[in-house]
Amino acid sequence: MNRPLEGLLVLEFCQFLAGPSAGLKLADLGARVIKIERPGTGDACRQLSIKNLFVEDDSLLFHTINRNKESYAADLKNPEDLAKLKQLIARADVMTHNFRPGVMEKVGLDYSAVQAINPKLIYGVVTGYGNEGPWANKPGQDLLVQSVSGLTFLSGSAIDGPVPFGLSVSDIMCGNHLAQGIMAALIKRAKTNKGVLVEVSLLESILDVQFEVITTYLNDGGKLPDRSSAKGSAHAYLSAPYGMYETLDGHIALAMGSLPNICSVIGCDITDLYVDANSAFDNRDQLINRLAVTFKEQNSKLWLDLLESHGIWSAEVLDYKSATALSNYEYLQIEQQLDLGKGKNIKTTVSPIRLDNEKLFASKAAPKLGVDTGVINKEFEIN
Amino acid sequence: MRPLEDYLVIDFSQFLSGPSASLRLADFGARVIKIERLGVGDICRTLYTSNLIMNGESSVFHAINRNKESFEVDLKSDEDKEIVRELLRKADVMIHNFRPGVMERLGFDYQSVLALNPTIIYGEISGYGTDGDWKGKPGQDLLLQSVTGLTSLTGNAGSGPVAMGLSIVDMLAGAHLAQGILACLYRKAIKNEGGFVQVSMMESAYDFQFETITTFMNDGGSLPERSQKNNANAYLGAPYGIYQTENGYLALAMGSIPVLGKLLDCEKLLDYTDIKEAFSKRDEIKAILADHLLTASTEQWLSVLEPADIWCADVLNWNALMAHDGFKALNMIQEVTMTDGYQYETTRCPIRIDGELLTSTKGSPKLGQDNERIIKEFIKQNTIADA
Repeated sequence: MNRPLEGLLVLEFCQFLAGPSAGLKLADLGARVIKIERPGTGDACRQLSIKNLFVEDDSLLFHTINRNKESYAADLKNPEDLAKLKQLIARADVMTHNFRPGVMEKVGLDYSAVQAINPKLIYGVVTGYGNEGPWANKPGQDLLVQSVSGLTFLSGSAIDGPVPFGLSVSDIMCGNHLAQGIMAALIKRAKTNKGVLVEVSLLESILDVQFEVITTYLNDGGKLPDRSSAKGSAHAYLSAPYGMYETLDGHIALAMGSLPNICSVIGCDITDLYVDANSAFDNRDQLINRLAVTFKEQNSKLWLDLLESHGIWSAEVLDYKSATALSNYEYLQIEQQLDLGKGKNIKTTVSPIRLDNEKLFASKAAPKLGVDTGVINKEFEIN
Repeated sequence: MRPLEDYLVIDFSQFLSGPSASLRLADFGARVIKIERLGVGDICRTLYTSNLIMNGESSVFHAINRNKESFEVDLKSDEDKEIVRELLRKADVMIHNFRPGVMERLGFDYQSVLALNPTIIYGEISGYGTDGDWKGKPGQDLLLQSVTGLTSLTGNAGSGPVAMGLSIVDMLAGAHLAQGILACLYRKAIKNEGGFVQVSMMESAYDFQFETITTFMNDGGSLPERSQKNNANAYLGAPYGIYQTENGYLALAMGSIPVLGKLLDCEKLLDYTDIKEAFSKRDEIKAILADHLLTASTEQWLSVLEPADIWCADVLNWNALMAHDGFKALNMIQEVTMTDGYQYETTRCPIRIDGELLTSTKGSPKLGQDNERIIKEFIKQNTIADA
């Protein structure tokens, strides 16, 4: 298959999640991505494991983020290695890094320096909080960025205090934005034949994720989000019944819908709480609590059959075990096998984008540290 | 010059997923024309959050659809369809997020549009894929969070399922669609080929969880376990979480427990010298930390931890965030103006290109505000030329 970014060479100086997740996206879209890693240690993510899961020397986490890439070992502080890297940069289309502000300037690989080596290079930079202001040198770590961004007042219920998203959402969205910026830059370069600087930060990305609710805040007299006190409420800005409800044997989710209609279907009397459409906002917490009592009386399947037969937007709340057993999970081909050699495999997810009717499968496993250095030196005649 | 200057995007999509993708393309410089249903328009126009109505429409609509034009049509009328076909002949990109089968009935499915314009990039978002048993189900964000296991990651162990309090799956699907389209626009710039980009909210929701779901797949199927209290990531050990202090909250990322114990003057933490205990005994450790951190203010804790390079932060709401110089330095807020003069504040595109902020002063369009101009520009000329 003809992948759109075929023929493009990306050098990834990034570590951890944000930058490397962008590299993974570009790789799956057809680019050749070479990680530039410090000899001996490499991307710090190689040793950052979750649940202590390793695949040989590297964490499963590293494997998840860095499949479909190559690895070139070079020490930025070693003049010989730096000279080699400059030869490689001269041949690259894109380079990315997530060093703190000032580091690349010291090494001599900041944007203006590499423009002298390769005036057509796309240069992507990830920071935590941008290059200016009092936060510029703070550690760009996902939970901390979530915490300063106001995001933690959007999930859970009012009595919970701040509730962070249970995934590195700032990193992941920032990686998505970096990938977008780089591809836009490639399009620009195709017209101008000149290099482009692309900059993203975790904080700007997590603010962008909140663009709808921040816009509401900015135009509503600075009113802060008002999470429901009811258990299972799912959005501080949406009215009842939006949320998740416990049933006899599990939980179901209800999206937006007409309360009188839903309540007549499930047999729940809300006449004292629901006067008109505004009541869904005004009495949100009481309404959610009222519905919760009814839903608790039967099992999920009964409710879902009933709700779905009336066209009411609802779904079962699933854990990973039941979610990955869904017929649609298989139909969508969420999983792929990575080939570790010697008949060994690990399973992971596939790119979520389908192009020209094909899924973007890529069975190449993450590289061992520096495994491609020799081949790359030879190929690009670097000495 | 913006990267997508001179590109034309015809966007049939509604709500958030598709329109968030076209917003990004608009901020990159593309001209985006929303194709909206006669008399009603994008249903998001009336999807109010917290009952806020801005200039007759929902705040959410204004946030998602600034920097776009609106063309109001009746897709069941042959005349209007022909006008849309003419737009598609000139377009670089088309986007829709109708349920599977709708575009086939309307005659704007990929094959039909390809026949009009062989180098078009056609992007579509579905809830659960375009075929299969689930194709008819509503592709709504909370439902997608629920069926993909996402609600088992946030909140504490005893909280039951906890949703992420934003339409995160919509936004991810939009981000992925924008990526697929941009990749194809690059290919088009080099090879003059079109492309077909398909994204489903379900695949996007799993991609978001690629780290945790990969862990699940390779860990004998054990389920994520959130910590009892102060959970921030089911898969990370103590201290990772947010803690209440005397006057607010404090976020703590990774850090050695005994080192924290020393800095915070919390003797009980000094015993956890085995690094594995940070995970295996995280509930115990978090409980000790939670009690201890209540004894002083956030500022006091930060003044001890920050100089020692411990990864920590204050927990801010939007009032405190927007008053902070760290936020102000980003210039994240922009003011936009609608054609009737109505002005509102919103955020800007989070990406900087060549050092420039991709701001735009153009507000969201009133339904059908650009009909006359678009017809004049795209249709009348042809009619005159044909005559």
